[in-house]
Amino acid sequence: MVKFIFRRLLVMIPQLFLLSLIIFILAKQMPGDAVTGAFMGNPNVTPEQVEKIREQYGLNDPWYVQYGAWVGKAVQGDLGSSYTHKQPVTSLLAGRVTNTVTLSLFILIVSYIIAIPLGIIAGRWTDSWSDKLIVTYNYFAFATPLFVFSLLMLFFFGFVLGWFPTGNSVDVRLEVGTWDFYLSKLKHLVLPGMSGALLATAGTIQYLRNDIIDTKLKDFVKTARAKGVPEGKVYTRHILRNSMLPIAAFLGYEITGLISGSIFLEMIFSYPGLGQLFIQSITGRDFTVTTAIVMISGTAVIVGTMLSDIILSAIDPRIRIE
Amino acid sequence: MAETVLEIENLRTSFNIKGNYYAAVDGVSLSVHKNEVVAIVGESGCGKSALALSIIGLHNAKTTKLEGQVNLKGQNLLNLPVEKLNKIRGKDLGMIFQDPMTALNPLATIGRQIAEPMDYHMKLSSAAKKKRVLELLGQVGIKDANRIYKQYPHELSGGMRQRVVIAIALACNPVMLIADEPTTALDVTIQAQIMDLMKELQRITDSGIILITHDLGVVAEMANRVAVMYAGEFVEIADVNTLFSNPLHPYTRSLLSSIPSNMTDKEELHVIEGIVPSIQKLDREGCRFAPRIPWISEDAHEDKPTLHEVEPGHFVRCTCYKEFHFPEERVEDENYVTT
Repeated sequence: MVKFIFRRLLVMIPQLFLLSLIIFILAKQMPGDAVTGAFMGNPNVTPEQVEKIREQYGLNDPWYVQYGAWVGKAVQGDLGSSYTHKQPVTSLLAGRVTNTVTLSLFILIVSYIIAIPLGIIAGRWTDSWSDKLIVTYNYFAFATPLFVFSLLMLFFFGFVLGWFPTGNSVDVRLEVGTWDFYLSKLKHLVLPGMSGALLATAGTIQYLRNDIIDTKLKDFVKTARAKGVPEGKVYTRHILRNSMLPIAAFLGYEITGLISGSIFLEMIFSYPGLGQLFIQSITGRDFTVTTAIVMISGTAVIVGTMLSDIILSAIDPRIRIE
Repeated sequence: MAETVLEIENLRTSFNIKGNYYAAVDGVSLSVHKNEVVAIVGESGCGKSALALSIIGLHNAKTTKLEGQVNLKGQNLLNLPVEKLNKIRGKDLGMIFQDPMTALNPLATIGRQIAEPMDYHMKLSSAAKKKRVLELLGQVGIKDANRIYKQYPHELSGGMRQRVVIAIALACNPVMLIADEPTTALDVTIQAQIMDLMKELQRITDSGIILITHDLGVVAEMANRVAVMYAGEFVEIADVNTLFSNPLHPYTRSLLSSIPSNMTDKEELHVIEGIVPSIQKLDREGCRFAPRIPWISEDAHEDKPTLHEVEPGHFVRCTCYKEFHFPEERVEDENYVTT
């Protein structure tokens, strides 16, 4: 198992290299660069000055020289500095990465907390009224766009009822590190987090339900019953373990969805995370920030699939690579 | 006669199809004694597997109606709640399934799967359980028991897996075993090995066995008594020698003459025309085999066929056996008469 995890980690190195190369080239293909983003249409800046700035930042070098310089610094933890925010990208990202990761983890955990019991109930008692209720919920959750649902949540719980704050990630008046500070963070997390989780959970519920329905007709379940295994144990020991496989395989994909989904959530709840910064950086042609953020989300996807693989191999002996 | 272990009385298993119940097992009575192998034969769809699953209570309770009695050691299993049934399944009543490729949980080790019934039926320490599992693996002819104990089903061949399935059924020393086509899914060479193993085990344990099969070779080799099943009913019950030497019911005779034999390589193999009627379309009045022997006159059949004891222990349903002959025999007869 340790050997498998180690190998799986090694595979990530070429993956990350390819990812960085593709991102860099694609980013270079974007129309304009940081200089046009910052000074375009400014009558006080002459083309000669623009050219001078380009030369100064190395923007006239061939792409591979620029790529080499970027990667060289990136592995040392230096992602360059933002042209628009005039500060190092790493310090610009630090707080926002924490916010986005917290939000994504919150959504992931809450959606599994909801999905696993509901999926089991729906799958075990197929066609019962509770199953029908759960499936109806799934249809609604699948059909509702995230931005519509988030706005409704924001309106009811943030504005009408006033239970939760409607923006930001924390109350700025609080001192960092105090109990109240973390409580306030959590309070700010609830609305965007629940909006994401309540919709994201539908996919997992449906997967789990369908797989349980499929698994409970399998022969080895008959074998278990013929052994005299009590019904509850038939589910926990035999059916669920097998039905967890697609859920684990789904995890990598789920993480990808969360990252793209968080762009909407962060915009709507003005939650200072990567998504918000991403949009700003694209409109401002803030090349260093854009590549850094895409690189982070890409890495998250690679890590997500790796987690899927490790979990799968832990559950399923058939795919363990010796 | 040895003590009766299992007694089935007038068992009727009906499935709900679009709101109506149709009997797949239609009034079956059978008793199995200690140390006796009773084979149930019949073609696909005759209700033999439905019968097996009814005995052990593995049908979906929502869509299945069970009537009659299945008495194991004097207790009727049919009206037991699942919790009580679970105290009997896997302990007194073991089941060997048809397809070893799917009958084992792919995610659990062989050792765990064989030990599992002991968790619920025996009070053993984990060391004692492991000892018993290794012993069982040896009994079913697995040599490298210590290695197999830790392996997963996908690492074993079909024959090995079927041995494991048998070990699971034997784990708690059942008094009654149901083997539902235990060799059907295996290669011919492996089939022979598994049959040898079953015979050997039957000699060691003294449980009663119901052997469900459509392979008459298996029947001849293993069974003490045979019940021939057609369209949900037994049409003939006899001890194995009588059945092969003096088959009476037209269905039994047709089945026996459909066995390829290497002695008569010039003769064409007998084919029973038609198929077993589906349980929805079955005509439950009259002789159920009549549509497949249309050359026999209708007067030969009973209006309401019952099992007749033609000699001690030999039962035949309907009276049509008295006038039955194969169609080609009649052609020969006619030729004989005209020439």
